[in-house]
Amino acid sequence: MVQLTLPKNSRMTVGKTWPKPEGATNLRKVQIYRWNPDDGKNPSLDTYFVDMDSCGPMVLDALIKIKNEIDPTLTFRRSCREGICGSCAMNIDGINTLACIYGMDEIKSDVKIYPLPHMPVIKDLIPDLTHFYAQHASIMPWLETKTNRPAKEWKQSIEDRKKLDGLYECVMCASCSTSCPSYWWNGDRYLGPAALLHAYRWIIDSRDEATGERLDELEDPFKLYRCHTIMNCAKTCPKGLNPAKAIAHIKKMMVERVV
Amino acid sequence: MAFLTDRKRAVGMGSAKTGTEHHWQMMVTSVALLVLIPLFVFTFGAILGSSYEEVIAYYQRPFPAVVAILTMLVGWLHFRHGVQTLIEDYVHGLARKVVIIVMICVSYSAAAFAIFAIVRIAL
Repeated sequence: MVQLTLPKNSRMTVGKTWPKPEGATNLRKVQIYRWNPDDGKNPSLDTYFVDMDSCGPMVLDALIKIKNEIDPTLTFRRSCREGICGSCAMNIDGINTLACIYGMDEIKSDVKIYPLPHMPVIKDLIPDLTHFYAQHASIMPWLETKTNRPAKEWKQSIEDRKKLDGLYECVMCASCSTSCPSYWWNGDRYLGPAALLHAYRWIIDSRDEATGERLDELEDPFKLYRCHTIMNCAKTCPKGLNPAKAIAHIKKMMVERVV
Repeated sequence: MAFLTDRKRAVGMGSAKTGTEHHWQMMVTSVALLVLIPLFVFTFGAILGSSYEEVIAYYQRPFPAVVAILTMLVGWLHFRHGVQTLIEDYVHGLARKVVIIVMICVSYSAAAFAIFAIVRIAL
């Protein structure tokens, strides 16, 4: 059954307010979700003050500055700092996005940062994406062929290659899936927008020869049909992709097979 | 606690190889209701406020009666499929199956009573 309230051990408490840096005039208040699996306490919202005169423009810059200069125990994932690796996905100012490409100036009031919603938290801003990655692996995100391998390469026309635009750019940051209410309620069985977008990317690849098998595997009331076109995925995608449209195309192909 | 691999947990019991029929039924009934609901509103609205005898006479004509019957039938079928999706979304475990059974019974009963009432007036 759907839970409308958080379990007792997940309820937020007021956290520590860290002192303001001395002499700073251009301060931004940043509130960050903190949870440590080792101390047995409930999660809290810690408050930090960042001197924007000596900080980069992005939310990730502020997080790194906090970790380097204020609180080294703050834990988060980051790597490429340019929106390609998808590591720093988190909930910033109420929207799932990548901290490295989300500007501090895009947030009007205090900056509130939480981990991606509705996922188990490992620590602070780090969600457990194990199941998310396993779901991605389950859709066989690789080229499946039965014809003998050609001497040089699998050819693809320019038009067919264009069909992959808007799909191949996905960096698997999980912003879309964790913004989807259907994924919140049935994430154990529903594949979620990210995995389905990747599934469609291989279904319409002109070189792939497992279209039927791929559609067979997706034809399920839960794996595919939990998508109700809520569109949170398209709204939140930091890469500007539209997983809901990809899912609609899969459903259309399913109907074409039947009717 | 079960020591399942991540992949086994993700794949679960595999694909049910169904769901498209339900999806197609929802599409068909949606399109049908797109036509039927305006027709029902206009035929039903035309007789609102009339006397009992006038309403009985009106629904003994084939067009209003057939429109009303089709609207009830397709409407409740659409309801049955839509609410099943809703229940699958929010109710888990044994309760899911029980509620779906109850909802299907309610839907078909409501459709049957509605059609019986209209047929009784019409004939």
